[in-house]
Amino acid sequence: MAMRDQHKRPSRGVLALLLLASFTIITLDARGGEDSPVDPLRAVAGNAFGPVEEMTAAVVRPFESVPGFFTTTRSLHGEVRRLEAENAALRGQLATSSVARQRAAELDGLLKSSGDTGYALVPARVVAVGPAQSFSQTVTIDAGTSSGVHADMTVLNNEGLVGRVIRADRSTATVLLIVDRDSVVGGRLGSNMEVGFLRGRGAIGDEGRLDLDLVDNAVTPARDDVVVTWGSKNGAPYVAGVPIGRVISVFSSPRQLSKRAVIDPFVDFSSLDLVGVVVRADTKGDRAVINAGETTPAGKGER
Amino acid sequence: MAAARALVLTMVITLAVVLQVALFPHLAYAGVVPNLALLVVVAAALVRGPEFAAVIGFLSGLAIDLAPPADHVAGRWALALVVVGYLAGRVRQDARTSALAAIVTVAAASFVGTSIFALSGMVLSDPAVPAVEALAVIPTAVVYDVLITPFVLPLMMRLFRRLEPHQVAY
Repeated sequence: MAMRDQHKRPSRGVLALLLLASFTIITLDARGGEDSPVDPLRAVAGNAFGPVEEMTAAVVRPFESVPGFFTTTRSLHGEVRRLEAENAALRGQLATSSVARQRAAELDGLLKSSGDTGYALVPARVVAVGPAQSFSQTVTIDAGTSSGVHADMTVLNNEGLVGRVIRADRSTATVLLIVDRDSVVGGRLGSNMEVGFLRGRGAIGDEGRLDLDLVDNAVTPARDDVVVTWGSKNGAPYVAGVPIGRVISVFSSPRQLSKRAVIDPFVDFSSLDLVGVVVRADTKGDRAVINAGETTPAGKGER
Repeated sequence: MAAARALVLTMVITLAVVLQVALFPHLAYAGVVPNLALLVVVAAALVRGPEFAAVIGFLSGLAIDLAPPADHVAGRWALALVVVGYLAGRVRQDARTSALAAIVTVAAASFVGTSIFALSGMVLSDPAVPAVEALAVIPTAVVYDVLITPFVLPLMMRLFRRLEPHQVAY
């Protein structure tokens, strides 16, 4: 019995020590704000876990019946073809959307024709998805700083806006999905160019909706109106003109002055796989950068 | 020998954390995946007791907090799994004897762990998850953890028994 008592006492000590350590880390990270002292640790963990996650995803992927996986070059060619199609579809969507027509009417078309409208994309695949138990919607993609991917870059796929890069390690990057509760995206209504802010609801799947708060209280969004990104300076974190979703319902309450619209995103977040990260057209990296209409091989980024 | 033991433990924790984010999302139910790291901690608790499990809980929790794609305040899963390891270790005398008791322990551990994580999120507003949503996720997590228990827990317990340094019985 004496032994057991002796055995129990250090147990409390260990517990207290570990709890203290946990609280210390939480405090350091929560108080740190933008550059938290935990970030170097995160980078180390990212560089260590990223490749393992990539490997695991590569092992798991064949079981998802992805065609052409077994021959590497063929699958890469396929990927390039798919992304080209994706790019074309995306630009098609852009051209046909009412936003593009509005733009043209506003003589913005001049800018458009002058050169770089199609965004350069680095193709990447989703290798890891954060669990719902963590209450945040983030994924890991298999392109990192070695491919020219950095924090605050726009991530999209053939359907529309996916999210933005919040952290990039050597070979992987973490993407915050637009449906996350912490995500705010500047959006523009396609029919009347009104701007507003889209906030995620923290759910994916059928309930994966966004709330749109318009800046101008007098404007009522129309049903089925398309929302595209508003864009920021230098395209960080979001480039302009990427389709986000469609208005499915509009609420207005007497208590609130502005109207709130619910947006159904184009992207199916429960089955994310191939995405593109918008990079500068002259990005040099270890994988091919897909420019509008042409593919620049890895390593030779000039255009 | 101690180095080999540490290496195996590191590998087990890494595997649990990686499979949780890279393999199980394909089998997720409403985004909820089985918490493999939690099962490792419970197995450690049932075999080796509260202190060892609390240490394993701290390390695996920290791994979940830091490994991509995690983006919450670091230390939250570490805190949750330290408590889980300690509590599960305290009940091990009853739980290591029968399968049913082990499953109940896993269910309780999953409930406590996910709840502590959700609560710490509410306290830090990181993000401020409405209680209703947390309450919708937690039962699913408990059920999924219990479902995966027969495949993971016996394996992990056997591993921890093998790793246990020989000691004099008292």
